[in-house]
Amino acid sequence: MTLQQIAELLNARVVARPDKLYRDISFAFASDLMSDVLTLEQRKIILLTGLANIQAVRTAEMSDVSCILLVRNKKASPEMIRLAEEAAIVIMEYDGSMFKASGILYNAGIQPIY
Amino acid sequence: MELKFHIMGGDFSNAGSASSEIKRVLKQINVPSDIIKSIVVALYEAEVNIVAHAYEGDMVVDVQPDRLIAVLSDKGPGIPDIELAMQEGYSTASPKVREMGFGAGMGLPNIQKNTDILNISSTPGEGTKVSFTVFFKPKS
Ligand SMILES: Nc1ncnc2c1ncn2[C@@H]1O[C@H](COP(=O)(O)OP(=O)(O)OP(=O)(O)O)[C@@H](O)[C@H]1O
Ligand SMILES: [Mg+2]
Repeated sequence: MTLQQIAELLNARVVARPDKLYRDISFAFASDLMSDVLTLEQRKIILLTGLANIQAVRTAEMSDVSCILLVRNKKASPEMIRLAEEAAIVIMEYDGSMFKASGILYNAGIQPIY
Repeated sequence: MELKFHIMGGDFSNAGSASSEIKRVLKQINVPSDIIKSIVVALYEAEVNIVAHAYEGDMVVDVQPDRLIAVLSDKGPGIPDIELAMQEGYSTASPKVREMGFGAGMGLPNIQKNTDILNISSTPGEGTKVSFTVFFKPKS
């Protein structure tokens, strides 16, 4: 499933790197703990998180996460957007909860990591 | 090629900038992407540990033709029991560090997992030195 399809499915706002929405996603991981994200070995991951800070973007950069979906109506700061543009990470903002986004993506065939 | 960065304790807004710079360099010299990921995850964990737990430190990265050697040394409280600190889930992180998304006690074990050679030495009350080597060959 592409990021474009995910954005449409969730009705999420793309706030960084809209040029990368063609990326294919296989897995989703939902966490506010960046320590856990850094242990993932998979690729083609979308990260669902309520942690709207620079470290979320840095963590995505180091672990090759393709996209950050900010849940619970959290907003990406200008600094986060600047870093994500630089590191080629897509950021989307979503009004619903982490649980709701997870349910919708799981239903659509996105795989869990564990 | 040797690269050196200064890291300030508590400075979460810049944590990761040194690791990010190394990622750029490794891409330029065409290191395989899974090895880049292992290296930058280990560097970033060690960088965040200085920001989260120490006062200040330096990251020195030596990029050789077949390997990368990183040395992160800091001035800080040190680690009294390294074996205990290496256990998954052991953390003394402050509430502020946890707010930033860290403090699960996964960092040191994750550095171990992502590196070929790891050495940690520490003097309580003075500081900590984390050195590791990663070879640029595909993992067997
Ligand atoms: N550079 C350091 N200086 C002082 N203490 C450290 C340092 N690095 C690690 N420690 C100690 O070792 C513990 C375990 O470190 P580790 O990186 O595994 O977990 P953490 O940093 O607490 O959480 P996480 O890395 O999962 O975000 C820390 O909580 C801290 O007590
Ligand atoms: Mg740590």
